[in-house]
Amino acid sequence: MNPRRKKRLAITSSIIVAFAVATGLVLYALSQNIDLFYTPTEIVEGKGNEKAMPQVGQRLRVGGLVVPGTVRRLDDNLRVSFRLIDNGPAEVTVEYQGILPDLFREGQGIVAQGILVEPNRIVASEVLARHDEEYMPPELARQLKGIEHVPPSQWQTQPNASNDTEEGGGYDR
Amino acid sequence: MWRWLHPYAKPEATYRLNQKMLPWFAVPGIVVLAVATIWGLAFAPADYQQGDSYRIIFTHVPAAILSMGLYMTMATAALIALVWQIRTAEWAILAIAPVGAVFTFISLFTGAVWGQPMWGTWWVWDARLTSQLILLFLYLGVMALYAAFEDERTGAKAAGILALIGVVNIPIIHYSVYWWNTLHQQSTITKVITRFEKPSMAPEMLWPLLLNILGFALIAGTLVILRLNNQILQREVRRPWAQAILSGAIPASQAANTGAANTEERG
Repeated sequence: MNPRRKKRLAITSSIIVAFAVATGLVLYALSQNIDLFYTPTEIVEGKGNEKAMPQVGQRLRVGGLVVPGTVRRLDDNLRVSFRLIDNGPAEVTVEYQGILPDLFREGQGIVAQGILVEPNRIVASEVLARHDEEYMPPELARQLKGIEHVPPSQWQTQPNASNDTEEGGGYDR
Repeated sequence: MWRWLHPYAKPEATYRLNQKMLPWFAVPGIVVLAVATIWGLAFAPADYQQGDSYRIIFTHVPAAILSMGLYMTMATAALIALVWQIRTAEWAILAIAPVGAVFTFISLFTGAVWGQPMWGTWWVWDARLTSQLILLFLYLGVMALYAAFEDERTGAKAAGILALIGVVNIPIIHYSVYWWNTLHQQSTITKVITRFEKPSMAPEMLWPLLLNILGFALIAGTLVILRLNNQILQREVRRPWAQAILSGAIPASQAANTGAANTEERG
């Protein structure tokens, strides 16, 4: 390689490396803030090294798995409450009035946006469903994971759903 | 070591190589894409929780993968253009950018259409969606910068620098779902590579998906080849070799589609 090209290569690579390092530092500094949601553990025990606790009255998102057996209709309208968990023992309760997304079921990942009304209770204005990167036909899901997915819109009409009207239904346990 | 590449600094050599490669991309590309799309949409089984809605994955994932792959290709061309100052590499930036931008847009659009019924929202500002939107802006920025200068080579240099700097966004897009918690799920295809024996997608869904990725790649290659050859002919229109092609004096097998299209256009 001739010296002029070598020089240009050096300048170009150093610009790229410098920019990559700068971006890396910015992202590292922001890493706590880029998360879309708090996990239940972070709400109960605090987030990050400083164990920063969210304030009561704060607007936030919480994401976790719906604890099986905790989905309850609160009255005869669309109000529903359920608990969320991640790895830890910490659980938070979410209350929501509205139509649940079709992917909602017990054990499913959920992101709820709302206001923290008590240290571990959230009144949500929006509930979004997460799904994992696994795709399989229904028979395989039944066989492998024992999951029969019933969208919330079909809970009442489903004969094998729990006959307790308090209970929200979901998959066979 | 790279001596065999040197002839392609000459636009004419690149043009002829492109014309030779074109049918090998275009024909299998159309066939594979048609087969894979029909297989995915009509014959693959429905998903246990998403039903038929998951089928948009057969467009969404290939478009997203190619949007990043094309960006890396464009950045490589930009590096060659900046360091070796080869004009064909500069034109390659311009040939790739709009194709990449369209693939990025397809991935964002299909993602929104998929997100609405499944997640419950068209859009959420999580790390994956936002970084992919930035990729679209990078493509548009490269195209705008290229055209923003009176002198085309200055524009190519500026666009090349932007393309290279934007490379930092590619690992961010890929790892966003691992580094931060996001609404977007993690990568199915990465799991196919890291644990091939136990992929997270049933084989009768996975094969049409992989085939679709191949089909999208071939179509992307076809579009880039066509665009690059048009760029070359446009720039070299006064050269004897280009005149010969444009006037139809050379065998049809070498001129192929692009040459023919240009002949009509320019009389």
